[in-house]
Amino acid sequence: MLEIKNLHVKLEEEDKQILKGVDLTIEAGKVHAIMGPNGSGKSTLSYVLSGRNGYEVTEGEATLLGQDILELDPEERAAAGLFLAFQYPVEIPGVGNMTFLRTAVNAQRKARGEEEMSSTEFLKVVREKAKELEIGADMLKRPVNVGFSGGEKKRNEILQMAMLEPKLCILDETDSGLDVDAMKLVSDGVNKLRAPDRGFLVITHYQRLLDHITPDVVHIMYDGRIVKTGGPELALEVEKNGYADIMAESA
Amino acid sequence: MAALQRKFDDTEARLSGLTLPEGGWSAATRRDALSRVRSMGLPHARDEYWKYTKPATLVQPEAPAAALFAGEETPIFDDVDRLKVVFVDGVFDPEASDALSMSGITIERLADSNADIHWARDLYGKLELAGQSPVERPLAALNTAFATDGVLIHATAKAEKPVNLIYIHNSETSDAILHHCIKLDEGAELTVLENGPAAARFNKVMEVDVADKATFHHIRTQGRDHERRAATNIFGRLGRESIFKSFTLTANGVLTRNECVLELTGDDAVAHVAGACMGDGDFHHDDTVFITHDAVNCESRQVFKKVLRNGATGVFQGKILVKKGAQKTDGYQISQSLLLDEDSQFLAKPELEIYADDVACSHGSTSGAIDEEALFYLRSRGVPQGHAEDLLTLAFLAEAVLEIEDQDLQDAVNGRIEAWLMRRRTA
Repeated sequence: MLEIKNLHVKLEEEDKQILKGVDLTIEAGKVHAIMGPNGSGKSTLSYVLSGRNGYEVTEGEATLLGQDILELDPEERAAAGLFLAFQYPVEIPGVGNMTFLRTAVNAQRKARGEEEMSSTEFLKVVREKAKELEIGADMLKRPVNVGFSGGEKKRNEILQMAMLEPKLCILDETDSGLDVDAMKLVSDGVNKLRAPDRGFLVITHYQRLLDHITPDVVHIMYDGRIVKTGGPELALEVEKNGYADIMAESA
Repeated sequence: MAALQRKFDDTEARLSGLTLPEGGWSAATRRDALSRVRSMGLPHARDEYWKYTKPATLVQPEAPAAALFAGEETPIFDDVDRLKVVFVDGVFDPEASDALSMSGITIERLADSNADIHWARDLYGKLELAGQSPVERPLAALNTAFATDGVLIHATAKAEKPVNLIYIHNSETSDAILHHCIKLDEGAELTVLENGPAAARFNKVMEVDVADKATFHHIRTQGRDHERRAATNIFGRLGRESIFKSFTLTANGVLTRNECVLELTGDDAVAHVAGACMGDGDFHHDDTVFITHDAVNCESRQVFKKVLRNGATGVFQGKILVKKGAQKTDGYQISQSLLLDEDSQFLAKPELEIYADDVACSHGSTSGAIDEEALFYLRSRGVPQGHAEDLLTLAFLAEAVLEIEDQDLQDAVNGRIEAWLMRRRTA
């Protein structure tokens, strides 16, 4: 589903290489986790895949369902089925959450040549999904993420994911800033979306999120490369011993 | 010295092309206003109050031509149940207007009211005169002297529906001068709507006397024709526990100067003045506001937002004057611009002058570009760049638009903003 080959990325502003040859294949229906110490390039990978400004791909490629995504605008990548749940969801004063959701859903449908969702249908679906994430009418009415708590922001990300039904979901440190209850809500939301035709890339520092969202494959990223790949037991190993051993091995 | 001489020469040149209406209850007021204009002189580029806006084309004898918009456009308030008063290039159009009668108010035309005694005698030119100090507003005095028409509205109770003043622009060189007087008795309520490009050059004054516990709402849209010019003045006096709320949407226009001069004279009065404007290219828009607090426990808000692109210019001169004894004043002023490119500019001069010691006044002024973080967030959810920019632009203007209390009118204004943005959407 997602194929990344030998991806090299540097910062546009400064001559600093962040990703130094990432290879990664995510199959449909699978959950891959990327763990790694701070500064290893995990978040950069998520930004480059979603099309954020400021990064330059110097080598390598990334395809989603066979389509080269690195040449696409962020909105085109979204319409192609890519979704990034932000580590720090952005507050947008003046834009209502509901308006935002409906605009996004219909923009993607339009881009794919599908029929737009009617207001009634949209309302019905959004209420249903919001309820599962314990998102009340008030949060839907308020401006996007404005005044939301950390947990509310992350739940709002999952609601967007549920509404947009992407093919590949990238979760960038979705566990940061979550208490135990919010972690459960968010994880349940993600697990509900697991499907044979959908892949996940879960980026996290800690193993605890992976207690709730069980990965099929775990990768360790260090210094811009994936240095180790294994099953869920790899995450437990990191939890127990830290990254030091793995970093030593790869150095 | 030469510059000063030219200011008075230019003033006489302008006056020579105008005829002072004779007779009736307003004659003496008009003569006084004319002598005010002569002694002040019309605005000149060297005047401090006109530092950011060149007044020459507002002062010159002939109105510069303004081409008429060619396309179809549905007037903004067509779906509102209202009493229509239509002026075409400043000339009353009885065919297009409704009968001037409605419960809660009396309404007549300035040009029709030539009796020797009239209630408007105590209002016409009076608030304009009071508003000449501490800053001179010569174009308003010129208006008082030479206005050819306007409406005189006396609200004695809650008006049955809004009065809609519609200004149609039909002649490329029209030069219109209209003067409205609006008097609200104690407890009366009235909404006045204004829309339309009016003329190639439009000089308009609206004097509003809001008695104790009365409520006045004003929603205005100025737009369409790119080459139109306008100098408008609102003068308002607010009594005890009265409410005055004015909102203006401006789109297009090579030169617009909207002045608003309000005096809060009764305790617990509330005055809100807001404006949203959108300029593209050859566009210059100036909001000049002067609010005087002269009573206890009053609230005033100034909320002005400007979206500028392709070299458009926005100006804001806003002042809050709190007089000695105007304790517990709550004054707020915000002026912001969204600059969509490097060529556009926003010039702001916020001022506070406070002589009371127990007041809360805040003001802020900012210029900025579209928030890149927010833009990426929207795009990453599939919203195309152009659409995402428009959403953020609407959001930027929202604080001003939200000053409109009536939801339908708010929606109508937002609809205009969206349409304007949509016409310019690139991707």
